[in-house]
Amino acid sequence: MSQSGAFLYDVPGPRGRRRIRIGSAVSALVLLGLFALALVQFGSRGQLDADRWTPFLDWPIWEYLLVGLRGTAQAAAIVAVLAGAFGVLLAIGRLSPSRPVRWLSTGYIEVARTLPVLLLIYLMLFGLPAYGINLPVLWKLVVPLTVANAAVVAEIVRAGVLSLPRGQTEAALSLGISRAQTMRFVVLPQALRHVTPSLVTQLVSLIKDTSLGYVVAFTELLYRAQVLSAYNRLLIQTFLVVALIYLVFNGALSYLAARLRTRLRRSVAPPSGDAEQAADRELELPRG
Amino acid sequence: MSALMENLDPLLTALRTTVLILVVSAVGSLVLGVLVTVARVSPIPVLRGAAFAYVQVFVNIPLLALLLLAVFALPDAGLIAPLTTTVIVVLTVYEAAYVAEAVRSGINTVASGQVEAARALGLRLSQTLRHVVVPQAVRAVVQPLGNVMIALLMNTALAATVGVVELTSAVNKVNLVEAQPIPIFTAAGLIYMALALAIGLAAGRIERKVAIHR
Repeated sequence: MSQSGAFLYDVPGPRGRRRIRIGSAVSALVLLGLFALALVQFGSRGQLDADRWTPFLDWPIWEYLLVGLRGTAQAAAIVAVLAGAFGVLLAIGRLSPSRPVRWLSTGYIEVARTLPVLLLIYLMLFGLPAYGINLPVLWKLVVPLTVANAAVVAEIVRAGVLSLPRGQTEAALSLGISRAQTMRFVVLPQALRHVTPSLVTQLVSLIKDTSLGYVVAFTELLYRAQVLSAYNRLLIQTFLVVALIYLVFNGALSYLAARLRTRLRRSVAPPSGDAEQAADRELELPRG
Repeated sequence: MSALMENLDPLLTALRTTVLILVVSAVGSLVLGVLVTVARVSPIPVLRGAAFAYVQVFVNIPLLALLLLAVFALPDAGLIAPLTTTVIVVLTVYEAAYVAEAVRSGINTVASGQVEAARALGLRLSQTLRHVVVPQAVRAVVQPLGNVMIALLMNTALAATVGVVELTSAVNKVNLVEAQPIPIFTAAGLIYMALALAIGLAAGRIERKVAIHR
């Protein structure tokens, strides 16, 4: 991590080292100054008073938030499983030799990738009940998230399949294995291994998306934070604590993704062509 | 269809709000993202650390949590701005982290010979970054940046949750009055798809235009 861009400069000499020290001191002062400014601003409104923070030392508040965290995990797990399965099927569909299947999958992926999840959630909440479709709260969150995430997973898996050398498929087919079996036993296992880091990154994005439970009133972390802050009137403190919880859990997953990525890079020979590298790059990046 | 026609005015106003939020945050996040990347690859450890922390914070905390914090909680600390401005600022700093990640992966594609050549010509690090590295890095990641901008478009919908009347919110309001969800939501979906398509096509064009052929 710390080495990114290290090729941009030589090992600094004595003058360079002095300049780096000065730069470090100046930027540290500026950052500390900004931080101090924020603290002064918070302090002047009494937001730093001990009694506004000590409630978070009590177990009941944490218990209350942990129930929310369990809801987040539950929703994320269901979406991950459904979107994972659905996404793999869509990826296979988009790569299928049959034209109708290919078009349907492509159409679905392109549409679902460009619809805001919130729009789908509003449809679930306020649109579909008019037609007598009124799902339980959990599913009002899970269905829109699955619709959106399946498309992203499909694109990730497809990129993984395309990144494999053609020889893998050709060898399998020439051994007389059927297309379906080639996909299942030869292509997919390798492709999925290749894109595991990207899938973990997508899991982080998915966990973030479950915060939309706030909108559908599903008991997850952010919704609980909202209810809690309405009760204890400690808005800043509650939301900062909850943001920190998200940061810790998702940060751990992001770290795992980065670790997997470096390990994978070491074990897999780097792709040769420019186009492949570009595809790889696109595949690895988190998407908003 | 009539439900849409009768409510054309509020819907168009809302669409304008969505586009306004999109354009301002897009420009802001691109500029801020590049600055964060420059800090991330600078030789100054403090800046590198700060940029790393910045990206981690905004990539790992849900946008909705940040929006609620900025809109409902920060006024308690005397930090208050007009609603749309607040949303634009939050979207800008949030999406800048993704821009920074994309541009950083672009910097890794710049051949080290480029940097060595720049240094041999006597360019300082800041000049090397400005004239040699960043232009090439950004050109290499036009398509990924387009994807980030499409994600930004979809994220503008979250402004609805804090009370900004942008497209998603307006569509929802119209539906509550007219109770014709299928045509109304389909229309909104088509508009979002058209906007995303426009961003995608623009990214493709820009990429072809600025691509470096070797």
